Amino acid sequence: MKKLLIAFLFAPMLAFAAGAKLHLDAAPDKANDMAALQNGAKVFVNYCLNCHSASYMRYNRLKDIGLSDDQIRDNLMFTADKVGEPMRIAMRRDEAKAWFGAAPPDLTVIARARASEHGSGADWLYTYLRSFYRDESRPTGWNNVIFENVGMPHVLWDLQGDQEMGPDHKLKLVKPGTMKPREYDAMVGDLVAYLKYMGEPVSEFRKHLGVVVLIFLAVFFVFAYALKREFWKDIH
Amino acid sequence: MSKVNALLQGTLDWVDARFPLTSNWKAHLSEYYAPKNFNFWYFFGSLAMLVLVIQIVTGIFLTMHYKPDAALNASGVPVAFASVEYIMRDVSWGWLIRYMHSTGASAFFVVVYLHMFRGLLYGSYRKPRELIWLFGIGIFLCLMGEAFFGYLLPWGQMSFWGAQVIVNLFSAIPLIGEDLSIWLRGDYVVGDATLNRFFAFHVIAMPLVLVGLVGAHIIALHEVGSNNPDGVEIKKKKDANGVPLDGIPFHPYYTVKDIVGVIVFLMVFSVIVFFMPEGGGYFLEYNNFDPADPLKTPPHIAPVWYFTPYYSLLRAVTYPLFGIDAKFWGVVAMGAGTLIFAFLPWLDRSPVKSIRYRGTMTKVLLAIWIVGFFILGFLGTKDPAYKFFGAIPGAPVAQLLSVYYFLFFLTMPIWSSLDRCQPEPGRVTMK
Amino acid sequence: MSCNENVDCGRRRLLVATAAAGGVAGVAAAVPFVASMLPSERAKAAGAPVEVDISKLAPGQMMTVEWRGKPVWIINRTKEMLDGLAKIADQLADPKSDKKMQPDYARNETRSIKPEILVAVGICTHLGCSPTDKFKTGADSGIDPNWPGGFICPCHGSTFDLAGRVYKSKPAPDNLEIPPHMYLGDAKLVIGEDKKA
Repeated sequence: MKKLLIAFLFAPMLAFAAGAKLHLDAAPDKANDMAALQNGAKVFVNYCLNCHSASYMRYNRLKDIGLSDDQIRDNLMFTADKVGEPMRIAMRRDEAKAWFGAAPPDLTVIARARASEHGSGADWLYTYLRSFYRDESRPTGWNNVIFENVGMPHVLWDLQGDQEMGPDHKLKLVKPGTMKPREYDAMVGDLVAYLKYMGEPVSEFRKHLGVVVLIFLAVFFVFAYALKREFWKDIH
Repeated sequence: MSKVNALLQGTLDWVDARFPLTSNWKAHLSEYYAPKNFNFWYFFGSLAMLVLVIQIVTGIFLTMHYKPDAALNASGVPVAFASVEYIMRDVSWGWLIRYMHSTGASAFFVVVYLHMFRGLLYGSYRKPRELIWLFGIGIFLCLMGEAFFGYLLPWGQMSFWGAQVIVNLFSAIPLIGEDLSIWLRGDYVVGDATLNRFFAFHVIAMPLVLVGLVGAHIIALHEVGSNNPDGVEIKKKKDANGVPLDGIPFHPYYTVKDIVGVIVFLMVFSVIVFFMPEGGGYFLEYNNFDPADPLKTPPHIAPVWYFTPYYSLLRAVTYPLFGIDAKFWGVVAMGAGTLIFAFLPWLDRSPVKSIRYRGTMTKVLLAIWIVGFFILGFLGTKDPAYKFFGAIPGAPVAQLLSVYYFLFFLTMPIWSSLDRCQPEPGRVTMK
Repeated sequence: MSCNENVDCGRRRLLVATAAAGGVAGVAAAVPFVASMLPSERAKAAGAPVEVDISKLAPGQMMTVEWRGKPVWIINRTKEMLDGLAKIADQLADPKSDKKMQPDYARNETRSIKPEILVAVGICTHLGCSPTDKFKTGADSGIDPNWPGGFICPCHGSTFDLAGRVYKSKPAPDNLEIPPHMYLGDAKLVIGEDKKA
């Protein structure tokens, strides 16, 4: 009966794996790469933080990724006075809604919200930011492979250049941008790593602490188990 | 040393003259005789108690920072949603307290489901333990209410649409349904009023009932004594002092044993809290990181995993009956699916309690039921159009399993009395 | 207690070890809960140092800014006001500022960095009301014919001089608190911070 139970416990997982899958490119793991995270923060502040807020993220939290208060104040803060303030934007939401059809969402936890059974939120963002293509039928002139009829134009187009959707449903770079495709992918990788960090700044510390807690519990287990054996040695 | 002992004894005597401390300690711990053959399955009662304490303590501290407010803040984010992120980032250690609470919710159901399964295996609901079982069903229902109310509070997309769907279920009740669901929400859609009342239910009303029921559950248990994996009554054979021959004092034997169980549980719990707090999207659903938007339903909504077997029962009913539409009967099926457990003590007619001495038929039927429960739960997380391996449609499978779910219970008086059982031993066995 | 025949030493050692580990676990588990009640990052950000431009603060004038939710007074004292400070020393409870109600750099006659500019927390040291400024002197003040100018608390009548020093025999026990502060240039004052981090 136990075997039967185990077999049926795993059956749903197999079935699950066989479901239709949206293909996402895997985002590079840069969670511990401070230079990449700092570059990602810079890209975020320059390209995203005009229309999108990150209203739960305080500027001084960026100390996590190796920046000092002065560096934050001098290089990254355009919309706030104090380093303790969150990343807000000046754009009014009702105006934004009139321009884009929907107010641009807050991006603080976007990397967590975009996770799905198809892949992590970082994978989704990494694919999304590299999948814009020219589509003259859209009001912005842009469309996206994994976010059909997206409201946002391709903000990074001068860096990536123009892509077009070929008849084979593959994207082709028709006009190069200021970055080579490899440089562009690396830059998007940095930005996505930053967005992932911003979604849960505590995640690296959380894992370190988890190791300590588990080691402690393992020691505790040894004592407690020995004590149980000691008390139970006479029970037959 | 003897002076200190005398002082302690004096204090204890003083208290005992005014409050039954020593007698309660004896009645419930040091002279509460539990069968000596408890196995793995008997950890989950004390673990449920531990999780209850974790939820209450973390809940109290979350309440200090959480704001049940659906209004938008200056950045256009609902205050309730923003206050959860405030806890996750700005409050010292708030992330840990919140993850403990969110993981604790799922852990509660894991532990309670295993605890109930133990009851099914060893016939723990049978005479004279019917009331323990009924209080337990009360705890289970209360826990489902508590989880449902709590799930609205983060005010994400799944919170909002989950509450919207479940509250709308009540509108299926003929005549009063529509007014009832408006009354429950306090608004025409799930809104600020709904959020505030769900907060009140979640933090005070439900926990009070829950704690009361847990008390009643334990008092009833200690009145009749624990069942055991052999299903034999240890109180039938006592020594000269009136102590059951197969009984051992709960303290220290089961306290030291349960400490081991608690540590193992905490290790599993810590792995989730520290390394996978989202639980692959099952413990914290990804969509719930998008703030509630009453104008946009997410493409795929499903209840949290612990509700999905019943959600499958709800969806399985697609035919109108007696001139009332299928939606109503779906709600009836879901309600019946949770309440039917309450009738177990009277449905089971087997001469023995424990699965160890019951016949093959019982074992097979129960195994199929459990597997069916898992598959119903799995299908409840999926779209109704889901196909196994991309080929076998899920909906008819769910309907078939739903019928089996109820038939298992409804025909139990017949098959449980027909099954060929082995004789119960006179004394417990140490397996 | 030493081991003897009545005591099982192996069992006792295990009991002590398990209890100790349990104690450590309990204390460690309590830390996050206790710490969660400390001021959050939001509260700390709101309590961050405040920068004030005092170039428009004329002699004899006072301005109030908010720091950590408390009123902080900035007063540009005239020469007459400063001269008056020395004359009333015998009427004050703590004229030399012996009690630590100010940073060391403000422990002087004028209780300030620059003699004319007083920066003080406008909260009475008695029970937390905010005193009212009474800069008019003598009978005009409505307090006392000899009033040299200062502050009076509306709640229980404590009086303070123009350096925030409390008068004798009043309910307030201490001089007004001088918050940490520093100058960034001539007319730029930072309240809440006194050295470059």
